[in-house]
Amino acid sequence: MRPFDYQRAERLEHASQLTRPEGGRSIAGGTNLLDLMKLQVETPDTLVDISRLPMAGIEDTDDGGLRIGALASNTATAVHPRVKADYPVLARAILAGATQQLRNKATTGGNLCQRTRCYYFTQINQPCNKREPGSGCGAIDGIARIHAILGTSDQCIATYPGDMAVALAALDATVEIAGEGERTRRVPVRDFHCLPGDTPWRDNVLEDGEIITGVTLPAPVGGTQIYRKVRERSSYAFALVSVAAIVEMDGDLISRADLAFGGVAHKPWHDPRLSDHLVGSVPSAELFDKAADILLDTAQGYGENDFKIPLARRTLSAVLAHATGTKI
Amino acid sequence: MTITVNDKQYDLPDDPRVSLLDFLRRDIGLTGTKKGCDHGQCGACTVLVGGMRINSCLTLAVMHDGDSVQTIEGIGTETDPSPLQRAFLEHDGYQCGYCTPGQICSATALLDEIANNWPSDASDDLEAAIDLTDEEIRERMSGNLCRCGAYVNIVAAIKAAAKEMAA
Repeated sequence: MRPFDYQRAERLEHASQLTRPEGGRSIAGGTNLLDLMKLQVETPDTLVDISRLPMAGIEDTDDGGLRIGALASNTATAVHPRVKADYPVLARAILAGATQQLRNKATTGGNLCQRTRCYYFTQINQPCNKREPGSGCGAIDGIARIHAILGTSDQCIATYPGDMAVALAALDATVEIAGEGERTRRVPVRDFHCLPGDTPWRDNVLEDGEIITGVTLPAPVGGTQIYRKVRERSSYAFALVSVAAIVEMDGDLISRADLAFGGVAHKPWHDPRLSDHLVGSVPSAELFDKAADILLDTAQGYGENDFKIPLARRTLSAVLAHATGTKI
Repeated sequence: MTITVNDKQYDLPDDPRVSLLDFLRRDIGLTGTKKGCDHGQCGACTVLVGGMRINSCLTLAVMHDGDSVQTIEGIGTETDPSPLQRAFLEHDGYQCGYCTPGQICSATALLDEIANNWPSDASDDLEAAIDLTDEEIRERMSGNLCRCGAYVNIVAAIKAAAKEMAA
């Protein structure tokens, strides 16, 4: 690990000040950042310890929703009575990721900011436009088994690796961000992560000196919530494809279908056309198949990950069938 | 800046790069905690901080000012082993033994998590009382690898200890 200066932030504004200069990074759980520092993928000059700032609370909001502090651990969130009762898709997504040891350290903010597990990104002797802009993408025409099929660019085909944010995207949660001085802003989770485009080094919309302070969930809705994760072993593996679904029926018709997908893109993938297609219709194998056509109309495989296209189709159908009680 | 390890207080290192794992092993000589992968993948370095199990390789010692850490040396001794340590002996829950301190620290926390009814990915119902099935134990111990493959006996040991402690 390269030498760095360690500072403990006493206040939020202090943390923002310290992380603003290039080379400053905030650290909380540290499970992803320290791993990358050991690999010299991340080489911050200054580590700003924000872990003791008072941002670990989980509280009800005035409109019946829930606010999860940026420093709430993944464990604290997954076992929270309201999360289990009202937002089970979030508890399920968190529990489907990592291990108990990691979830005990991982935080809401850090999990949103975790970096891709692309093999070329984590090996500093390989080309990677995300880690070293302009060096090329090793995964395109390379080893691309875990890579994206939607929203890719000719610069980068990495995926956002997390589970929690996929559930947050389905729930249409909002990220609260503090910046310089008193400046704060709110960004829907669905808009928080970026597509690679021609700026693949940019994972999300955070600017220098900005720090996530929390995530708010809207008031709970009815229906069935499912997080289905397909992976190469039954525990402690990243998603090849995952689906977070909140589906509600009104009689024979689908009245809600909020869906988000993991493992397929540089961000938790949310396509509003799916809800438009599904809501108001009677569930059937044909309807689900057409939904998959819509989801995947721009999908592109890169050889080794071609299998993700049919896998996403089948996982979506299986989740919709389960949620609506339909035989397919 | 100080840290408490197994009820004894120590000064934290000056170099912020020192992981909690290296601090335990190198700086204060508690070599029971093991370094396997050093990347949070194998679980050999598992210790309890404030009663919660974590990978000591993926956290900086300086971030634990004022924290209380329990390592395998604080869980039991040769003459006074914990129920889990006895169960690992009785059920042959290891071969080479390298991963065992991490397995036992992890399982020690697991039993508390079950007592608190924390669900896992293997739980059918997020809110119901946890039935400690083999599947539950395997899911909850997935952060601890055993290269010797003693998993069947590890599961048996954890189950036996849970039963003994409940009795």
